[in-house]
Amino acid sequence: MMGETVKIRVDDRELEVQRGTLLIEACRAAGIEVPSFCYYPGLSLQAACRMCLVEIEKAPKLQTACTVPVTEGMIVRSNTEQVTQARRSMLEFLLGNHPLDCPVCDKGGECELQDMVFRYGASESRYGEAKRHVEEQQWSPVVYFDAPRCILCYRCVRVCDEGMGVGALSVVNRGVHTEIAPNHGDHLECEECGMCIDICPVGALTSGAYRYKARPWEMQYTSTICTHCGDGCKTTLSVRNNKILRGNNRDRSGINGEFLCIKGRYAYDFVEHPSRLRQPLIRRGRELVETTWEEAIGTVAAKWSEILARRNKAANNTLAETSEKRSEGFGVIGSNHTTNEENYLLQKFARTVLQTNHVDHHRTADYAALIHALANESAEQPSQAQRPPLARSKDIVGASAILLVGNNPTEQHPLIAWNIREACRLNGARLYIIHSRRIPLLRQSHRFLPLGLGHEADALRHLCGEPEATQALLGETPSGDNVTADLLNDFRNRLQEEKDVIVVFGDEITGPDVSLLIRMGSRLSGQTRYIALGDYSNSRGASDMGLLPHLLPGYRPVGDAAARAFFEDRWKSPIPATVGLSVDDMVAATLQGGMDALYVVGANPLKGRNPEDFCGKTFLVVQDLFLQETAQAADVVLPAASAYEKSGTVTNTCGELQRLRKAVGVLGTRTDLQIFASLAAAMGATLHPSQPEEALEEIRQMVPEYNIPLANVLAGGAEAVLNPNGFKPLAAPAETSGRVYSAQDTLFTSGTLGRFSNILNLVPERNIRKEPGPA
Amino acid sequence: MPVSEHEVRVLTKRFDLPNSASIDTYLAHDGYQAFEKALKQMTPESILEELKRSNLRGRGGAGFPTGMKWGFVPKESPKPKYIVCNADESEPGTCKDRLLMEKDPHQLIEGILIAGVVVGSHQGYIYVRGEYRYLLEILDRALEEAYARGYLGKNILGTGFDFELATHTGAGAYECGEESALLESLEGKRGIPRIRPPFPAVVGLYGGPTVLNNVETFSAVPAILREGGEWYAQLGTPRNGGTRLFVLSGHVNRPGVYELPMGFPLRKMIEEVGGGILGGKKFKAVIPGGSSTPVLTADALDTPMDFDSVAKAGSMLGSGAVIVMHEDTCMVKVALRLMQFYAHESCGWCIPCREGTDWLSKTLHRFHSGGAREEDIGLIEHLAKNMLGRTFCPLGDAAAMPVISFVKKFREEFEMHLSGRPCPFESKQEPATVSR
Ligand SMILES: Cc1cc2nc3c(=O)[nH]c(=O)nc-3n(C[C@H](O)[C@H](O)[C@H](O)COP(=O)(O)O)c2cc1C
Ligand code: SF4
Ligand code: SF4
Ligand code: SF4
Ligand code: FES
Repeated sequence: MMGETVKIRVDDRELEVQRGTLLIEACRAAGIEVPSFCYYPGLSLQAACRMCLVEIEKAPKLQTACTVPVTEGMIVRSNTEQVTQARRSMLEFLLGNHPLDCPVCDKGGECELQDMVFRYGASESRYGEAKRHVEEQQWSPVVYFDAPRCILCYRCVRVCDEGMGVGALSVVNRGVHTEIAPNHGDHLECEECGMCIDICPVGALTSGAYRYKARPWEMQYTSTICTHCGDGCKTTLSVRNNKILRGNNRDRSGINGEFLCIKGRYAYDFVEHPSRLRQPLIRRGRELVETTWEEAIGTVAAKWSEILARRNKAANNTLAETSEKRSEGFGVIGSNHTTNEENYLLQKFARTVLQTNHVDHHRTADYAALIHALANESAEQPSQAQRPPLARSKDIVGASAILLVGNNPTEQHPLIAWNIREACRLNGARLYIIHSRRIPLLRQSHRFLPLGLGHEADALRHLCGEPEATQALLGETPSGDNVTADLLNDFRNRLQEEKDVIVVFGDEITGPDVSLLIRMGSRLSGQTRYIALGDYSNSRGASDMGLLPHLLPGYRPVGDAAARAFFEDRWKSPIPATVGLSVDDMVAATLQGGMDALYVVGANPLKGRNPEDFCGKTFLVVQDLFLQETAQAADVVLPAASAYEKSGTVTNTCGELQRLRKAVGVLGTRTDLQIFASLAAAMGATLHPSQPEEALEEIRQMVPEYNIPLANVLAGGAEAVLNPNGFKPLAAPAETSGRVYSAQDTLFTSGTLGRFSNILNLVPERNIRKEPGPA
Repeated sequence: MPVSEHEVRVLTKRFDLPNSASIDTYLAHDGYQAFEKALKQMTPESILEELKRSNLRGRGGAGFPTGMKWGFVPKESPKPKYIVCNADESEPGTCKDRLLMEKDPHQLIEGILIAGVVVGSHQGYIYVRGEYRYLLEILDRALEEAYARGYLGKNILGTGFDFELATHTGAGAYECGEESALLESLEGKRGIPRIRPPFPAVVGLYGGPTVLNNVETFSAVPAILREGGEWYAQLGTPRNGGTRLFVLSGHVNRPGVYELPMGFPLRKMIEEVGGGILGGKKFKAVIPGGSSTPVLTADALDTPMDFDSVAKAGSMLGSGAVIVMHEDTCMVKVALRLMQFYAHESCGWCIPCREGTDWLSKTLHRFHSGGAREEDIGLIEHLAKNMLGRTFCPLGDAAAMPVISFVKKFREEFEMHLSGRPCPFESKQEPATVSR
């Protein structure tokens, strides 16, 4: 949408820019420097710092480039003596009361004020008066405020209010006593996202996790992907001496730009938690005792080989089968956090070496149903699809309308919520919400359809024009809203006027309801696109890679002979043809003594249950970071490396492939990939490939949807995978054996990892918000 | 209240009547006639014409032609339009608006009503300075009377015109007299100025087009419609119509608020209206338009007191507060007092004003208490000049301009304070010019 352009002249350079562009943006786009503190793209204008003053012909005095839109024929000078002098004096004013404690300031070396003075400031200081001083304040476990360093650019206030939609910061007092203040007088009660700290150009707002720990130039920086939720924000880990000291998104690159929530920014500390497993454990009697890797691997391999041999013998001996109790053999439960390469290899290991389809993981979104429904949809209406029907995270920002069904993105998907707010604030997107609770995003909503718990599908049927469903929605909801026929019709009519809607949905919509959702979406004009919200950093990847009892990588049904043949050929091994057990079924079978062996990788399926009940019921091997319930019941525990300690790729909930890079190593642990390889080798089996790069290469050959250009991913960007557009309808309909449900993590929890993050445990808000809904 | 035979009493003509604030007194002396005429006999265009002909210029300080300002309000607006009266009167030396509200509140209400007729607004607010609590009672009583008599409310005088008017108090911030900060404050927010354009006439209160004027400006409107723009214009000088309420203070024998024609000579004002300098002392300096205007010396005494002539003399007519200082006044101390005021009142939004006023008041303080060095004179000039024209709102200019004029015109007094010397004026009489 290129609008009308105008010609302007800046320092004798002709520029052609879109009418209405702010002068500061026009200059910067052309490489002409205009300094600023208060101007911040995407946030409201302040005109407070006066750093951007320039000469504009015919204006009686210097003008702020950050507030003036360009007009035809505008003549601007940014390099005159007057302008230079104005910048210099502005800095002189700022430095007057500034403490100049740079040598001990966290921001030293990456401070915009330092940079600005270096570039535009005077070398001498004429300030000879007493400096204003107030004591530093701690506002929360993560936010500290040192008022004298504050230059009052109001970025923190705006990012919290406009960007986060929290509005926890404000301005108090006046004149030189003006200060930023937190929402509860002497402390903050907020999302603790640290956005305010990150956006602060100086060392006024500092991080409780990082303050006084290091100088920026003595750290190494590793950009990787946050491991806490399904949104997959890029985070840069600052490391010194193999210790992560800080998380942020330094260069504002990646899908999240500058955004990070508390988990992406601070919750890396589980890595060095004292309870972290650093040595394999083996059961001797009732006790789990430390052992060597050799013994642990050897024990597991021997036991597994023995079971395999027994089962093979049994399979060849039909007589024996009748006498022996029927057993399910091996069960494998994978992770939402391990890499695509690991997930791919784990299911390959299970299906080829362990000869089982009992492969599953905690499914938090019904990606399989979505992919199948979309594939069938595009087969029916091939002309419709001009774009991939799965929206990417950034697509939300440009959407004209968004329909949210269920979930509470503010708590469960902070980046998606941030993008939705950006869409509404910057681009006037209209947000439609179907929900059983009054979630915080209602503040941005255009229309709200409140409903009783579990009535989401009725709402979809209502939108499809089914009158019985409309009836079922009428009346008072638990949230205290009264649903009238007018409200329902208005919601439907408004939504139907929209074009190119992006539909975002949570675990409220699974199984056949997903097809219903797609049916509803296909009735809207333009192209409807979808985002299914799943909990963790590689929930989507676990699904894509076939950590499922009924689907091979790329959602190929195990029951489909052609699909099997394709994999068998490459893997040089037969694959069992019957659909396997789900997580719940495997756990139930274990209790009944019906599993020969259970291998749990990076998961805690026994969460909330008594480990004692499972001891001795099967040969249980657990590979994890911490000794959680499942590991406590294990026969062998293998200490694994976390996402911050390895390389590979993960796929976020929108299907964006991104690269993990190793930031630190924890002595005694091994990556899941290394462990698979050692186990296979010890069993005398071959499991290729053993390197993440080779594994990704094989994935790309076996899963066409992952066969995407990698340059961008390798460079730290994101690339969308699995575009079901052009999918042939899959042989069998999506089969949902096993539950799909969200763990309902809040902003301050993150499954096992969250239990072992000191920062997450420290913030008081964690206890206020037990549910991922408004308090 | 002292009076002078030089006065031309247009806005103050009812001040001496018994019960001057009551609606009965007002109605008995031409009250609400102009409004009725505007409502029933005139069109918005003809009223604007009359206003333009009157050469009425804003009395809040900037002297912007009122007719032109009202003309900027768009006819059609999806948002409601508002009339806002600036009764924040906080400029040091200024105390005229309070008299207009205390003695003749209905005249103000009538002026506001006429503005409502002109721009098609149905809601007005009078934003009263926080410290003027006692005026609230008077204003609210007057509003009640006007509602009771059908000059406010629905279907006014049977014409179908509706208008609601209410008072609202500030909380004691000078900056809330600046029009856009006032609007923020009126909306219940922190009193911080807004980015302009857009100007209030287009985007003002709650985003609606807003007419915002000073109390004295509104109060002048009824007489203009009653007697005609021509008549009003000829009371003053070219382009400076009518009379003005001058607030004469400082070292004069008869300080007070006097309604004098625009262009009244400064010397005559001090000598005849004010009865000359206190104690027969020698005149030293005069601040002609409130604390924000540059100081003038004896060579400017022949200036006619209208917007253009005072500007030509190097200062501003501002709010019409004339502060006279005699020979015993320490100009460094005056500069210090003023700067302390601005440092205290700076809203803190922008760097040059927030930091500049603080730095200047600290340096001037050190200067006055004998701790100054030679280069501090240059520093004061340097700081003030770097504030000038670079702050977010005119408060920064208001702080900078006077200081620059003090250093320029009284440099030798600054020099007299150098290198530990005690203030040469300290032994003499304390200046009664400005106090906090
Ligand atoms: C710092 C500052 C304080 C001001 N205080 C007042 C005030 O107290 N009363 C007033 O009428 N105008 C004040 N003004 C001027 C107003 O901004 C505005 O110009 C005026 O109210 C417009 O009315 P007028 O056109 O009738 O003069 C102030 C301006 C500034 C910059
Ligand atoms: S931590 Fe986040 S939510 Fe809290 S004040 Fe800062 S920006 Fe606002
Ligand atoms: S704390 Fe930082 S971001 Fe906030 S106003 Fe001060 S300098 Fe700006
Ligand atoms: S000049 Fe700046 S700090 Fe001063 S009052 Fe205006 S906006 Fe506030
Ligand atoms: S960047 Fe323009 S005033 Fe701050």
